[in-house]
Amino acid sequence: MSLYSLSVSDLQARLRAGECSPLEAVDALEARITEVDGSVGGYLSRQLESAREQAARADVTLPLGGVPIAIKDNINVKGESLTCSSKILEGYVAPYDATVITRLRAAGAIPFGRTNLDEFAMGSTTESSAYGKTHNPWDTSRIPGGSSGGSAAVVAADEAFASLGSDTGGSIRQPAALCGCVGLKPSYGRVSRYGLVAFASSLDQIGPLTKNVRDAGLILNALAGPDPHDSTSLDQPVPDFTARLGEDLKGVRLGVPKEYFVAGIDPQVEQAVRAAIAQYESLGAEIVEVSMPHTEYAVSVYYVIANAEASANLARFDGVRYGRRAEGAQNILDQYARTREEGFGQEVKRRIILGTYVLSSGYYDAYYLKAQKVRTLIRRDFDAAFEKVDALICPTTPDLAFRLGECSDDLLKMYLADVFTIAVNLSGTCALSLPCGAVETQGVKLPVGMQLIGKPFQEQELLKIAHAYEQSTSWHLARAIA
Amino acid sequence: MNADFDVRYTAGLARLNLSEGEISKFQAQLSQILGYVEKLNSVDVTGIEPTAHATPVFNVVRDDVAQKSFTAAEALSNAPRQGNGLFIVAKVIE
Repeated sequence: MSLYSLSVSDLQARLRAGECSPLEAVDALEARITEVDGSVGGYLSRQLESAREQAARADVTLPLGGVPIAIKDNINVKGESLTCSSKILEGYVAPYDATVITRLRAAGAIPFGRTNLDEFAMGSTTESSAYGKTHNPWDTSRIPGGSSGGSAAVVAADEAFASLGSDTGGSIRQPAALCGCVGLKPSYGRVSRYGLVAFASSLDQIGPLTKNVRDAGLILNALAGPDPHDSTSLDQPVPDFTARLGEDLKGVRLGVPKEYFVAGIDPQVEQAVRAAIAQYESLGAEIVEVSMPHTEYAVSVYYVIANAEASANLARFDGVRYGRRAEGAQNILDQYARTREEGFGQEVKRRIILGTYVLSSGYYDAYYLKAQKVRTLIRRDFDAAFEKVDALICPTTPDLAFRLGECSDDLLKMYLADVFTIAVNLSGTCALSLPCGAVETQGVKLPVGMQLIGKPFQEQELLKIAHAYEQSTSWHLARAIA
Repeated sequence: MNADFDVRYTAGLARLNLSEGEISKFQAQLSQILGYVEKLNSVDVTGIEPTAHATPVFNVVRDDVAQKSFTAAEALSNAPRQGNGLFIVAKVIE
């Protein structure tokens, strides 16, 4: 087995046995990237020299010692460029490390390479990046999902052992599903957001994309815990998230939300998830139907709240303190408006306008306040379900990967593809996507992902449930590019 | 309720110039999205408190002690234009 195709756990075993060095791991990735990234396009930049320097002095006895990890390009890594895939941040150099980067370094990991995303993480296809498209490694005529499309594609194509993404409405889980990897969105407050460029502050979380469930637990071990720099991070106990992997599913109750299996799901996706539910039953889990009656409102609530928060967060990009500035402005207001016109792409502009509108005088109560109240009802759906079950199971996304360009003129179609993931961010709980099948279509195999939704701050239980299924199947072992 | 949604006016509030092409395109696209969002009108929210945040934490404070922060040079390191330790911008007062 080639070095680059190893999981984090397997790489660690080899590093610790002295069978390879961190430098060889970095060089193996670099060679793999040279080989395949021309057709995948997952990376925006790589700081090879800095990675090699860190590899040379890595301590492989640390929890993630000597393991290179790719970073979504909306997370600050000191001294490196940070673009958020937007022209407005052209030339920006991060003056500090995000807390997740500080923690990865403390665990011995090597931040390696910056991955492509939808501009400011606003999208589900990675097509709104100002710096080029990322292709799905399973079929390069298709999208990798988004917004962490680069982070998912580089793991799927074995150009990274693992990566970090961010998830506001499914931006880790949906690309993980479409690229056939594991993607974990931790509970809101579990991981510090300090140094993550804010999209929607009440919804954003950072999490790992990996080749298997154990790796997701290993990386969460490094990331989790309260941070004085983020007052929304919570002081909850941080267990070893890998400690319960391997336990059986005796007594586990899995809920199937009936509102998540409705018309509109690709029948092949539904079939794969139904088969996974049957597999869980054979593994000893009890399957219970539950109802989440406010599911149909989640997309509406999300697009009001996320864009309202985004319009406020993106006000800071005005060409004064950092990033691009339009030339030739006559006064300060002109400078703001022209800088933002030049610097932002279409999707970001649309969302700023929608967000500004729902917060504006006369419309605030009708849209924003109303959405916040319905958000309460959506949270209550989860609370009620979790009184009956330990976790929920459903498709991660209703469709297989779209073709590039398929959704560019149909915004609503693209937004509705997030229907299964966004309610989780609105409720604040944790969830992950893992591979549960493959569909043969037009001569190519495309992966299918299922979503497991756990109780708030019960990532340990969630990972245990995911791991039991994973180890009873071989979907996670299939590789996109031989 | 979105009959008076006006892209041009809202873009002004957001300090964002748009081309005429963008204005007409966004007017149509965002009207469609707002039309979809009107689904929310059918939900009864009588007596329901709004959720601003997923976790119930409030008023997180630290001790009022000075901490290490950016130097002026670090804070200015990404400025498009600077001088004398200041950010330089276009004219503010006529």
